[in-house]
Amino acid sequence: MITLKVNGRDHRVDAEPDTPLLYVLRDHLALNAAKFGCGLGQCGACTVIVDGKAVLSCVTPLVLLEGKQVTTLEGLGTTADPAPIQRAFLDEQAAQCGYCIAGMMMRAQALLMRNASPSDDEIRGELEPHLCRCGTHMRILRAIRRAAGLMNRAELAPESGADR
Amino acid sequence: MTRSGVIAGVLAALVLGGAAAVFAVVWRPAIDAIDPAQRTFANDLVKHGRTLAVIGNCSNCHTAPGAKDFAGAVAVPTPFGTVFSSNITPDADTGIGRWSEAAFRRAMRDGVDREGRHLYPTFPYDHFTNVSDEDDRALYAYLMTREPVRSAAPANRLSFPFDQRPLIAGWKLLRSATYHPDSSKGAEWNRGAYLVEGLAHCGACHTPRNALGGERASASFSGGDVDNWQAYAINAHSPSPVPWDADALFGYLRNGWHPDHGTARGPMAQVVANLSSVDPDDVRAIATYMAGVFGQPSPDHRRGAETVLAELKAMAGRASETNAAGAAIYAATCASCHESGRALPYGGINLALSTAVCGSDPRNLANIVLAGISPREGERSPIMPGFASSMTDDQIVAVLIYLRTRFSNEPAWTGVDQVVAEARRTQVAALRTAAASRQPPADLAQRDKP
Repeated sequence: MITLKVNGRDHRVDAEPDTPLLYVLRDHLALNAAKFGCGLGQCGACTVIVDGKAVLSCVTPLVLLEGKQVTTLEGLGTTADPAPIQRAFLDEQAAQCGYCIAGMMMRAQALLMRNASPSDDEIRGELEPHLCRCGTHMRILRAIRRAAGLMNRAELAPESGADR
Repeated sequence: MTRSGVIAGVLAALVLGGAAAVFAVVWRPAIDAIDPAQRTFANDLVKHGRTLAVIGNCSNCHTAPGAKDFAGAVAVPTPFGTVFSSNITPDADTGIGRWSEAAFRRAMRDGVDREGRHLYPTFPYDHFTNVSDEDDRALYAYLMTREPVRSAAPANRLSFPFDQRPLIAGWKLLRSATYHPDSSKGAEWNRGAYLVEGLAHCGACHTPRNALGGERASASFSGGDVDNWQAYAINAHSPSPVPWDADALFGYLRNGWHPDHGTARGPMAQVVANLSSVDPDDVRAIATYMAGVFGQPSPDHRRGAETVLAELKAMAGRASETNAAGAAIYAATCASCHESGRALPYGGINLALSTAVCGSDPRNLANIVLAGISPREGERSPIMPGFASSMTDDQIVAVLIYLRTRFSNEPAWTGVDQVVAEARRTQVAALRTAAASRQPPADLAQRDKP
């Protein structure tokens, strides 16, 4: 048994130390936002946040996660109360098939947590590890800029409810 | 004439003579500027020049990531300060648009620019001096037909006295010739020698340098340092567990990997990308010449290789009693690819074959574990995820020490923790931008199809 801290809660997980985090999230904890794409750390669909950094969960075994905090898309907000990054992707309708979008949102979230106003070049450079074969790339960029605006305003007015 | 008058006269003559000698060493005339609009070149010459520019890896120093081709201004760190590469596009004012072919050839051969100023040897004219007139002509034709880019390089940041260009003239006197055709060898060997010692300037990274920044002739190809990577010894001192031969060198240089040796990454990635798009005969020639430089492996080296290759089959799943943390991380994180048996370039090499694990310091291994290996656009290139975000420094140190103990017979590394911290500082950002760096315009017809 391994204790894993996900979205602020401790979970006791019955899995081997070489089990990829992605399998545990999806198969043991029913957190299905992170997707299995390539299984080789090459497509970005499985991206989650670990201790503030975007991490590819399909190539991150449990043994590396001792004492670390895992955040998935489910930990950012809910359908009823979406986080700024989720709100922004909805507002811009930035998903087409959507398979890659959860991973993109997580990396964008990690970027905005350390850089509140990234340039377009910084956003593009950051999302370089993510593959998407649909047609919404410009909407994704707009959504991340919009999320930056939402988060920056929320800082000024924490009572707006976007204080996660 | 008095006695003191004679002495004064002799002294004056000596001073004048000395000054004349210094003048003769240092002074180079300007070569007349030309009108850039007056030139035309045959297509075949330009195409040949493209291939040569790729073999010479010109873009590596003369094209900044994300910037226009050959516009220069790439910062090249040296022990003496930072030198910024020149704009070698045909822009008349900031590039080499007003250079005649004679001026270009003089720069390649003697390291002197059109105005007569000595160039810093970060431009490897100690190698390019070996390039033939014919090849210089093709390179000139290629560069002069590129898009002119208006971009002046920043001033070099060199400490005194290294900011004094006349000193370079003295440095040049210390050079010795590196290439002589050898009629006792075949045409392929001689072609390889011409490329390796000349345009390809392999020794610029793989030969250690002396205190004055010159390549140590007595230690040719014994390994050097570049951009916080270790350029391995590529002679009899090679740390590769399996000895290199001409076939392995050809495959590695052409494809970027070899099943007995692993993948070429770091600054070598650009070199193998380049060589994948040139005439395979030239790559074969380089391999033939370099196989001679490596020489026949010693009986010990050969036996060691046989042992390693035999053990590979029996190795899977073997546990380690020492360093439990490193062993656990290796088993959970690395082994799923590196012991999967999946073929290169998408599978990982068994680390018993890794030169990085057997190298004299852990820099290259730390760099790769942190930053991974980004796929290169348009190439069938090796891949590996980086672990900078998912592993702490302590975890990387543990796995590096484990790899060294389990997969090499070499002595333990020291200072692994500092190396990992330094690699995290320097490499992660650098490699992320390297993934997006531009290639010279490739002749895709020449490239092996994935």
